[in-house]
Amino acid sequence: MIPLRQYLLVFGTFARNSLIRDMTFRANFIIEFLSSLSWVFMNLGFYILIFRYTPSLGVGTGWGKYEFFAFTGTGLMINSLAAMLFMTNADNFGNFVRQGNLDFLLLKPIDTQFIVSLQRIEWSSSGNFLVGLLLLLYSLRQMNYVPSAITTALYIVYIICGLLILYSLMFMMASTSVWLGRNETLFDFWFYIVNFARYPMEIYEGRFGRPFRWFFTFIIPVLVAVNVPARFIARPLKPQTAQDWALAGFTIVATVAMLVLCRLVFLAALRSYRSASS
Amino acid sequence: MSTVPFDINTFSRRILGRCRLWGTILRISIQERIVYRGDFMLGTLMRFLPIVTQMFLWAAVFAAVPGNSGGETRIVGYRYQDMVAYYLLTMLSRAFSSMPGLASGITREIREGGIKKFLIQPIGLLEFLFFYRVAHKLVYYSIAAVPFAIVFYLCRGFFLHTPHGWEWAAYVASLIMAFLLGFFLEATIGLLGFWFLEVSSLLFIYMLLSFFFSGHMFPIDMLPQPFYTIVRMIPLQYLAYFPSAVFLGKVRGEELVMGLLIQAAWVVTFMVLAKLTLQRGLKRYSGFGG
Repeated sequence: MIPLRQYLLVFGTFARNSLIRDMTFRANFIIEFLSSLSWVFMNLGFYILIFRYTPSLGVGTGWGKYEFFAFTGTGLMINSLAAMLFMTNADNFGNFVRQGNLDFLLLKPIDTQFIVSLQRIEWSSSGNFLVGLLLLLYSLRQMNYVPSAITTALYIVYIICGLLILYSLMFMMASTSVWLGRNETLFDFWFYIVNFARYPMEIYEGRFGRPFRWFFTFIIPVLVAVNVPARFIARPLKPQTAQDWALAGFTIVATVAMLVLCRLVFLAALRSYRSASS
Repeated sequence: MSTVPFDINTFSRRILGRCRLWGTILRISIQERIVYRGDFMLGTLMRFLPIVTQMFLWAAVFAAVPGNSGGETRIVGYRYQDMVAYYLLTMLSRAFSSMPGLASGITREIREGGIKKFLIQPIGLLEFLFFYRVAHKLVYYSIAAVPFAIVFYLCRGFFLHTPHGWEWAAYVASLIMAFLLGFFLEATIGLLGFWFLEVSSLLFIYMLLSFFFSGHMFPIDMLPQPFYTIVRMIPLQYLAYFPSAVFLGKVRGEELVMGLLIQAAWVVTFMVLAKLTLQRGLKRYSGFGG
């Protein structure tokens, strides 16, 4: 068993190496940085446009303009962290499996899932994180709301939970490349599912919306990833309902369950790995 | 140019030859595309998933719009059903007007020297790419027709207004012109590779603008002034917004005729622009690569 300190040390090296690599191809880094930012600003433009026509999303949900912007800021932070830490790695995992490079990682005296998940840090996504944070701070200011220390602490904990849920989903899908060989469609699928979490869960209403919301809350828990932290900080409904607290409790359970499931799928994938090329 | 007196036989033989050539390009390209169909149908179905989110989002938006009640709430003239129908229709418009890999492909050919073969073969570059693209699209439609039909059938309730008679003709014309405009616009961007060698940043800006201002993300009527007027003047709206608006009966009568004419004018403009860019570019081309 390697102590935690060593893991942190290795992670620091990964982060440093990635940064050095990014700075070597600086023009490319700047283009990637700006391009991901411009997608964000385009989406914000769309949201601003929507709120020119409506005061809130849904009746009595409490998601007014700034509540929703706080939500979007939260979503941006979680998604940019996922993109920064895991996205490229999940993509590379499939390549490692196809080309047989996973052999070398298996030989390293450190947990394989750790290396596979964090080897490459995508620093160019850090801009999105900052925009998310600024958007959140701006919205809180507009709402005249200063969260207490406890709320802030809970918010951070739930952001991490959201990140871990997205991570687990991503790596479960990436692991399937061991069996499927190629899984670009599945990887796209991840994007489409995460896309559902871009809006408050209250919008999934009605005959089709309710079962939809239930499925993506309790079976594939993507909706709680952004919704639960955002509800703490944006407080769309004051005071918060018992249902909110129940959902917060469930999120902890869901995070642990997803991580365990992801670990099991990953280990099963490693067992089925048969190398390639050599 | 030769100064042989006009001879109907030579002329018709040449036309026939051209047609056979075009037919050959079409056939080869169709065969090439069919090989890669794979999980294509499932992929196309999944592309509709973001529309599910849009449906719920707009339902929530429409529910909260003040001063209205019931199903007659309108945002810039769109009822809820029109809005969903609009998004479905833009998917169809984009299936015609989007040209994945066209510009970057042309630039790659220029950079790596693949373009040389068009200088010695009796086929024009634009000509070849055009029929290659037509074939690509034909195969795409024949396979994508199934998922498209399923989704449109399931969503038939959202189409409160369907075109009739000559409106259909106008719609089909606008779709075909959307394809032509998309092709010549992106080909022109790709041909700028003669000067820049790498157009990916340029292409990215184009993609970004086109996503926002072609009406892919929302009906452009929603834009406030002065953006609305500007967006109405640039050709991007004809790639996605205009055909969908025609289908939904948003443009009618004189406005419709004018719209189609302006769209046609843009097609011709970019066709000429693409040809000129190619001619100019070939003059400064120095034949990199092996």
